[in-house]
Amino acid sequence: MVEQTVQIVSNERDTDLYFRLVVRAPQIAPLVQAGQFAHVRILPLREALLRRPFSIFQVSGSTLSILYKAIGKGTEVLSRMRAGEELSMIGPLGHGFSVPQPGGVTPLLVAGGYGMAALYLLAQHSPQKGIVFVGGRRRVDILCEEEFRALGWEVRVTTEDGSQGEKGFVTQALLTELKRGATGRKLFACGPTAMLKAVGRLAAEFELPAELSLDEHMGCGIGVCLTCVVPIKAGENWEYQRTCTEGPVFDSRRVAWEAIG
Amino acid sequence: MNLSVKIGTLTLQNPVTVASGTFGYGVEYAQLVDLNQLGAVVVKGIRLEPVRGNPTPRTVEVTSGLINAIGLQGPGVDGFIRKYWPFLKGLRVPTFINIWGTTVEEYAEVARRFDALGGVGALELNVSCPNLKAGGAQFGTDLKLLSQVVGACRRATKLPLITKLSPNVVSIVPYAKAAEAAGSDGLSIMNSFPAMAIDIETRRPSLANVTGGLTGPCIKPIAIKLVWEAAKAVNIPVIGMGGIQSTADAVEFLMAGATAVAVGTASFYEPQTALQVVAGLREFMQQKGVQDVRDLIGSVQTDK
Repeated sequence: MVEQTVQIVSNERDTDLYFRLVVRAPQIAPLVQAGQFAHVRILPLREALLRRPFSIFQVSGSTLSILYKAIGKGTEVLSRMRAGEELSMIGPLGHGFSVPQPGGVTPLLVAGGYGMAALYLLAQHSPQKGIVFVGGRRRVDILCEEEFRALGWEVRVTTEDGSQGEKGFVTQALLTELKRGATGRKLFACGPTAMLKAVGRLAAEFELPAELSLDEHMGCGIGVCLTCVVPIKAGENWEYQRTCTEGPVFDSRRVAWEAIG
Repeated sequence: MNLSVKIGTLTLQNPVTVASGTFGYGVEYAQLVDLNQLGAVVVKGIRLEPVRGNPTPRTVEVTSGLINAIGLQGPGVDGFIRKYWPFLKGLRVPTFINIWGTTVEEYAEVARRFDALGGVGALELNVSCPNLKAGGAQFGTDLKLLSQVVGACRRATKLPLITKLSPNVVSIVPYAKAAEAAGSDGLSIMNSFPAMAIDIETRRPSLANVTGGLTGPCIKPIAIKLVWEAAKAVNIPVIGMGGIQSTADAVEFLMAGATAVAVGTASFYEPQTALQVVAGLREFMQQKGVQDVRDLIGSVQTDK
């Protein structure tokens, strides 16, 4: 974990409200592992005090990139920042995905919308190439499928309105695939909580291991404020653990879904 | 140049500490902040048993502030000693342990446990958390209960005792005096303000707990006034806190009468804040030709 001032290399619109931010972060970039995040202070926000957490999408030498949707105060201001401007970044943070061993499990990745970004480094570092299932509401919510194809992965797209790929939920496409054969596979997922819960259910049904990257509202990002807690099984009961520190990636069997509202 | 100040029998190398609940147990910040440059490390509130804390959402960002209702999630005395004390006792600066309970007896028992531990810098009595059904602010907003809880802890330990007061009272003066009379060696002024925010899309409160405690820069002027009032009324040192995010903020608290200050919510968004304030304070004193930080304390001129 390092705090440094990073310079924006580029910050361009992808589709719709989605943007790709590339920053020069020479101290942070070399440390990044798959599934980790960066906590960003957007200085022009002023009276909105907190940092904003973003999954780290790609890493290249001393730069790293982030894929985000301009949907709130923070991301809207961020989307108007230009190359050369600076941000304060703490990273890499959190406990990411376990990259499969050579000859080990074949990964099946499941992403909802820009959850794709959190899975890219895992796909890049996995010795076995698998299938990535990506779902979104509309065509514009399907991001970076070309990047995954370029890694040699098969990408299966679903949209709720049928504007791209198969019509329906991403977990339906996953179910179809798992019915064909589940042995030797492992699920890795990032997306909305409802999707993660459905992936967790499928993992249990097919007796597959699954790692889920949970997205919780976050405060400090380094384990202090206890904002981003999720219920994790502990013995007979459950306890709150921190998405920013013990997570964001948790073994789906350990998540106490019954305690998530 | 002297930056050191005293709280009871304890000397701090500088007057800049951190606010309980905003700095975890110190170790979380160790990779980002040189803890040994602080005046003291102040840990999150601890009671006898582990505490699960409130459901989520637990915090909400508001204009220049944050409302939280964490519910004092924590490992309990034994969990703290096992998990965090080995790290904290290795620091060169004192650790203040913030303690709480749901009864006077529990407060005293927690105080005894930390007294017996050895090596603790001071105990900070949390009688002011607004997010608990039992314990916390009920002790800090009732003069009789406040005297009882401070008195019981006083009998339980020789460690410096600092009472962290609630701002949620008509006048802070009687509470400050009661804590002093019951044996407190210092006062932390203040805890968060009861507050609420509503999500207008869902018509639901922004916090699962419905209400929480407001912190951050938006509360600073209120805190300054409370510190100023309390510091005049007692002969024990006051640790001032509430929205400090810069050197200027800290100096303002000192001038209002605080002997030391605590950086709180600012550590969440800028972990270096407390250390920046230490450096900035030195610079400010140099510029103003102030040799001793104690010359700043209570130096506000209110007479015409």
